[in-house]
Amino acid sequence: MTDLGLIAAVSIVMAGLTIAVGSLGPAFGEARTAAQALAAIAQQPDEANTIARTLFVSLAMIESTAIYCFVVSMILIFANPFWDAALQRAGG
Amino acid sequence: MRINPDQIVFWQWHLGDWGVLNINATILFTWLVMAILVIGSRLITYRLSSGMHMSRWQNLLEVLVQGMQTQIRDMSEQEPGRYLPFVGTLFVFIALSNLLMVVPGYRPPTSSLSTTTALAICVLLAVPIYGVAERGLSGYLRKYLQPTPLMLPFNIIGEVSRTIALAIRLYGNVMSGTVIIAILISVAPFFFPILIELLGLLTGLVQAYIFAVLAMVYIASATRAHPGKSKSAGDEDVSTLAQTTEDKYK
Repeated sequence: MTDLGLIAAVSIVMAGLTIAVGSLGPAFGEARTAAQALAAIAQQPDEANTIARTLFVSLAMIESTAIYCFVVSMILIFANPFWDAALQRAGG
Repeated sequence: MRINPDQIVFWQWHLGDWGVLNINATILFTWLVMAILVIGSRLITYRLSSGMHMSRWQNLLEVLVQGMQTQIRDMSEQEPGRYLPFVGTLFVFIALSNLLMVVPGYRPPTSSLSTTTALAICVLLAVPIYGVAERGLSGYLRKYLQPTPLMLPFNIIGEVSRTIALAIRLYGNVMSGTVIIAILISVAPFFFPILIELLGLLTGLVQAYIFAVLAMVYIASATRAHPGKSKSAGDEDVSTLAQTTEDKYK
């Protein structure tokens, strides 16, 4: 396999693995957060506003881990620095 | 497919020795959003009425400003007066630039890492400015030595990493929306992209809200007189929240 083919194959596989593994943890975390928040709202409906606001902020923070993984896999597919470097070296 | 609106160049000016000035999609649409906000607000506030009859646009602005004031008051337990201009501007700018996503041909400037980094750096600079103005220089700097001076490097790292997280969170959310729409258009055109665009409107607004809330939380934690006494938020907030709920359910 040539250098370019190797880089492409590894990048594609790793992009898929990154988003697959990276979304597992946040998915469990968000499910747990939402379940706890629902239980809290059911116990104290008066505090629903505060709980919902804190829930949104917490969800965004948990979700950001998945977003980082998504950004990394997007970089691997669409703006891969190693691919560009290999192309440049092959061309020049 | 170009995922970065910085690369879409509309005009180029050659400035001789100074290099080339590129007007790309990010700059153009940022100025468009700013123009809509400034001119719109100017037109609406041109004739304000304090009586029973007011225009519907004045009603819209009043609801918006009052909503932001209540949110800031709830969040920081302080009067929103001096925080409203900064935090409110962040919210309104990000919200409008995300909501215009339904307009064909428009690329949200927040889907470029440059814009979100600039906004996050604004927050990074605003935190010490508000903190020093509220508590004085020594009072603000002492926060870095709490709870022990050993924590100084971690406090500084936390300051930097939360700024990066702020930038990448907004960028990743908005960019992922546009990328998913582009992929869906090539796979299943016409119907599913519209559903995803509707979802994009929701996430765009939620992300604007979260950016403003986090900016307010960071500023509030720098200006509060007794740290840790009232509810503190930020990255630590999630863990303490999880801990308290866990304790409650044991």
